[in-house]
Amino acid sequence: MNESLIETTPRRINVAANPPEGVTGDGYFATRFEKVIGLARKNSLWPLPFATSCCGIEFMSTMASHYDLARFGSERVSFSPRQADLLMVMGTIAKKMGPILKQVYEQMAEPRWVISVGACACSGGIFDTYSVLQGIDQIIPVDVYVPGCPPRPEQIIDGFMKIQELVHNEPMRRRNSGEYKDILESYGIKTFEN
Amino acid sequence: MLTNERILERLKEKFGDRIADTELQFGIMSVSTDSDRIIQVMEFLKGDEELDFVFLTDLCAVHYPDRVRKFDVIYHLHSFTNNIRLRVKLPLAGDSPKAPTMTTLWSSTNWMERETYDFYGVIFEGHPNLKRILNVDDMTIFPLRKEYPLEDNTRKDKNDEMFGRDPRLIRADQ
Repeated sequence: MNESLIETTPRRINVAANPPEGVTGDGYFATRFEKVIGLARKNSLWPLPFATSCCGIEFMSTMASHYDLARFGSERVSFSPRQADLLMVMGTIAKKMGPILKQVYEQMAEPRWVISVGACACSGGIFDTYSVLQGIDQIIPVDVYVPGCPPRPEQIIDGFMKIQELVHNEPMRRRNSGEYKDILESYGIKTFEN
Repeated sequence: MLTNERILERLKEKFGDRIADTELQFGIMSVSTDSDRIIQVMEFLKGDEELDFVFLTDLCAVHYPDRVRKFDVIYHLHSFTNNIRLRVKLPLAGDSPKAPTMTTLWSSTNWMERETYDFYGVIFEGHPNLKRILNVDDMTIFPLRKEYPLEDNTRKDKNDEMFGRDPRLIRADQ
């Protein structure tokens, strides 16, 4: 074996999960609970792909080995809303599909996030017509919009990382706040007292 | 071999001047008739041994807002044994045009008539389940009628001039 091909320095491993701010000492590390939860959630988001057209094809590419969304802790694509954290809406949503999309969103457990991928999901896109919903934000709240027709996998990943940023920095009690409830109620979505 | 001339001859000898407006488009002959005769005409075309138009390929409607009889219901027939097609038109008057259902002859027309009702508001009398099939149930218009704009009018963020459209034209009905 050629000597020069053997690595002499250990390969640098790119750690996505950098430790949060905290106090460290001999055998302990102290930080805020919120930060740890955010870190864990951010790197284990289970997406629910709601793919209706060509943006869904781009998502398949995003999920496959070349772009590999699993690198971000999203190996497990959940096809049940009950176990999903992130609703990924990719494609044209017809008005007839609207109530179904809303039902899927309502079935997801808190905390939940929504990413709207592509021009159609964001605004109706080229389908400015009587049968197509002019943006999913008419029926459910959206956290991140990814433009494009369809967007490339890099753009979907960029949108996903924006979601991760939101998840990472979300205050723990945000979902219990009156402001959050007001947002949901403005969409006619019921909230439950816990 | 069955020709268009022969089909017309058979129809004329059976129904006389109730068969009108004969024309040839893309090699397919069109004839038109009226709603009193349409069932008999179709029964004849389907049941006649020589003509043998057993297959109803398609059923749809067209809206001609400038005509007196504003709607055409159009039936496309195919005879397998003669390998020939025929188009039968049924012009209808009024804002809620009525046509007899064809489900008694072809069960496959059930959904086609629902679709035609959904988009044009043609009432097929005798249809077992005439309700919307493709559009949302609470839609109040028949969207393929010419008086309704194609665009979704719920949007507030589109500047029509940027899209090469005259806002006065597409919002004319409001």
